[in-house]
Amino acid sequence: MNQLGFPILTILLAVPTFAAIACLFADAKAARWIALGATLVDFALGILLWVSYQVGGPQWQFVEHIGLFGSFGWSLGIDGIALMLIALSVFLMPICVLASWQAIEKRVPEYMAALLLTEVFMLGVFMAQDLYLFYIFFEAGLIPMYLIIGIWGGADRIYASYKFFLYTLLGSILMLIAMLWMVNFAHTTSIPVLMNTDFPPHVQTWLFLAFFASFAVKMPMWPVHTWLPDAHVQAPTAGSVILAGVLLKMGGYGFIRFSLPMFPEASAQLFWLVMTLSSIGIVYTSLVALVQSDMKKLIAYSSVAHMAFVTFGLFAFNRQGLEGALMVMLGHGIVSGALFLCVGVVYDRLHTREISRYGGVSTNMPRYAMLFLLFTMASVGLPGLSNFPGEFLAMMGTYRASSIAGVIAVTGIITGAAYMLYLYRRVAYGPLDKPDVAAMKDLSPRELLLLVPLALVTIWMGVYPESFMAPMRKDVGVVLARTDRAWKGGDAKVALNAHPTPAHAEGAHE
Amino acid sequence: MTGSVTLAASVPELILSIGAMLLLLVAGWRGDEASRGISWAAVALFVAASVSLIGAPSHAGIAYGGLYRADAFAGFAKLLIYIASAVSIMLAPGWFSRTGAMRAEYPVLILLSATGMGIMVSAGDLLTLYVGLELQSLAAYVLASCMRRDLRSAEAGLKYFVLGALASGILLYGISLLYGFTGTTQFSGIHAAIADRGLSTGILFGLVFVFAGLAFKISAVPFHMWTPDVYEGAPTPVTAFFASAPKVAAMALMVRVAVEAMGPATDAWRQIIIFSSLASIVLGAVAAIGQTNIKRLLAYSSINNVGFALIGLAAGTPEGVASVMTYMTVYIAMTLGSFLCIIRMRDLDGAPVESIAALSGLSRSRPGLAAALAMFMFSLAGIPPLFGFYPKLAVFGAATNAGYFWLAVAGAVGSVVGAYYYLKIVKTMYFDEPAPLLASSDDKIEGGLIALSALAISPLGYLAIPVLSAATLTAAKALF
Repeated sequence: MNQLGFPILTILLAVPTFAAIACLFADAKAARWIALGATLVDFALGILLWVSYQVGGPQWQFVEHIGLFGSFGWSLGIDGIALMLIALSVFLMPICVLASWQAIEKRVPEYMAALLLTEVFMLGVFMAQDLYLFYIFFEAGLIPMYLIIGIWGGADRIYASYKFFLYTLLGSILMLIAMLWMVNFAHTTSIPVLMNTDFPPHVQTWLFLAFFASFAVKMPMWPVHTWLPDAHVQAPTAGSVILAGVLLKMGGYGFIRFSLPMFPEASAQLFWLVMTLSSIGIVYTSLVALVQSDMKKLIAYSSVAHMAFVTFGLFAFNRQGLEGALMVMLGHGIVSGALFLCVGVVYDRLHTREISRYGGVSTNMPRYAMLFLLFTMASVGLPGLSNFPGEFLAMMGTYRASSIAGVIAVTGIITGAAYMLYLYRRVAYGPLDKPDVAAMKDLSPRELLLLVPLALVTIWMGVYPESFMAPMRKDVGVVLARTDRAWKGGDAKVALNAHPTPAHAEGAHE
Repeated sequence: MTGSVTLAASVPELILSIGAMLLLLVAGWRGDEASRGISWAAVALFVAASVSLIGAPSHAGIAYGGLYRADAFAGFAKLLIYIASAVSIMLAPGWFSRTGAMRAEYPVLILLSATGMGIMVSAGDLLTLYVGLELQSLAAYVLASCMRRDLRSAEAGLKYFVLGALASGILLYGISLLYGFTGTTQFSGIHAAIADRGLSTGILFGLVFVFAGLAFKISAVPFHMWTPDVYEGAPTPVTAFFASAPKVAAMALMVRVAVEAMGPATDAWRQIIIFSSLASIVLGAVAAIGQTNIKRLLAYSSINNVGFALIGLAAGTPEGVASVMTYMTVYIAMTLGSFLCIIRMRDLDGAPVESIAALSGLSRSRPGLAAALAMFMFSLAGIPPLFGFYPKLAVFGAATNAGYFWLAVAGAVGSVVGAYYYLKIVKTMYFDEPAPLLASSDDKIEGGLIALSALAISPLGYLAIPVLSAATLTAAKALF
């Protein structure tokens, strides 16, 4: 078994599954409590998982395998990267349930069931050790998310839900065919085995592109990001939090779990493609974010820009880049979730997301303004807050891989500061001259309960990122060991390369 | 082979045909009021026939001097046919009683049709094939028009008959060409003749005509035109029957002819199958988008699904054949489930409702029914975690492993187009404002059957994969 003596991963999936079924047979009030209870149980299990995970132990821990389905099996297992993303998911879920406590009034049992099922499928994606099982979880998440956007979304929800569903489906289905080819080639569906399989380089390109189609859409990367602003804007607050917090991370997770270790030659070969798309993406989406008049749309575009940091870092083929990308994923999960909650707070009061309808809320909502400022600063990448370590490392790694890409990546920080501070100024500062804005009350205890834990984690991640990086370090090394043979080295002549003295960034990792 | 062994090989057909005759007499004497009893008797006959499959009918091999095959493939296909037929009988009384037109002949005709299907899937000879096909079709023509006073039903029956007769003619012409150029009507003989003397132009023509006739029966493009009209016009239980059992039978027959008779000409028929498969997927997906009648929509959906199943056949390997049978197995669960949900749709006066708009907001007025129909729709679209994903995985896998991964890619892209209209149904039920109420129904049998098929295509269905893949692979190996 594992170090705990019980199949904790299956239980992590089973709890929300059964809770979702129970919700369908409950009334609104009971459904809320069932959902909260189930997500809290999962959160507790997630903490237990983190605590009992042996850093530096075996690569795959808590492994479960039952050959249930003939050609493939119920295989679960996690490494440090998956552990961190699972921790992020189970941490955000109770917050999502609480955020929907009052905002969702109609069809509460179904909503809670859909939310819980989303949790099951997200966790499943990070746990699956079987290729087909991964695909099933990866795709299955579309159904509850489609319903969440379509039923409880805003005015244009139907268009957004279709776009979300079909876009992601088209991306993933090409990946499925690539998976079929890989299984036929390697005669196994086990992800750990496939991660060490050497596919012929000329096929790798096609396989890489098929997987890229899926993960780039999920990520999302420019130019296939257009579903995201629509989905974000129309989704209810909790839906946006899940989308930004966890679902987008599946793309990055896919790159680091599949594309890099399975197709290292193709990854190195198509380095230019990823870097070009990321460069265009970071500049373009940052500029677009700057001119948005809708708060949620602005944050949605900022998400796309932040995800470009992730792709930059992942395809830098060095430790700084990879670790930075993973840290951006975690940091962005927390911060963008928190920002969407901040938007939700004022939206619940005024029922508009138009930035110009607000102004001066720091006068009548000081607590809100303070927390909103904290998350804004974190999103900008202020040192000491969660996004800084990741963005800094990712940019450093990118610079080593390609100095031009590094330069472009840095502009993302500048424009990021511009649009976030501009948003904050328009909402929080200025004269409090609108009577309905002035009538808004400060955060309720429930809302504080949502935002304060996120704020604490934001600070923790900025002050002591080592707690989050330690479990992932060894697994980043595993990926690097696969890509190193294909990667010829970047163009930047950084002193780190010239002198093999253990500089701070590398020396700390040995 | 002795006569008794030969007879034993065809026990299921004997049970069904003798039973059908007896029940026909009962129907003649007792009239329509006995229809409920006859229905249950017919279901019992299907159970008996299914049980009899355990013995000789799945293992005896060649019977009646090569006219008949009793192998694992036939056994598996027959089991599917009997299950689908029995369900088609069980779902009828509720629907017909509401429209007041339940007739005692309905179960008898289904029995006869199923007998014909049994002969089809067991055919070892082109003539057995034709006899079985005609027995199945003749019963089906009558079934389509069994509501005599309904204009649409009569139209459906007539249309089905005329076009079906045309298809039979094409098929017969193909059979005569094959006989003329190979000198035999037996599958094994044709196989040997092609293997020995190569594929002559005459045989190729015969092959094309035979496949055209069979493509009509599985409603694959370009012989699909009858499907939407017949599906829409026929009474809903009959449509459910058409969409399930005869599809399995015709598909199994097509596989058997392709592999057993035309095995050496695989490269020749593969082109036909690939064209037909992709055309069915695309047309089934695109044409369904504009439909407003749910039965027409499901007709296009069945065309679409047949296209996916044909991908497995195009692979031409035992694995591919197994994937076709897997596909048909899951397909009948999904399609019968969908039709069961439609059978439940009635307005407050009890008249059947078929427009998609009537489903609006169904999730609020009838949450259970809406959830079941949504599951069937997502499953038909092949979205995991529903079980409808697995057969698509199987056929794509078979095509990829046989080296036709571009075919799998094309099919996969087609499935995204198809997903749109399935989503549209879900959207109508879940996102739209409620339409006028549909009458509630408390028919226990219908409810039970819906629950059963929903369970089969739920994620729990994945647990059946080991059994299913073993059975389909055994069935497929019987052909090679």
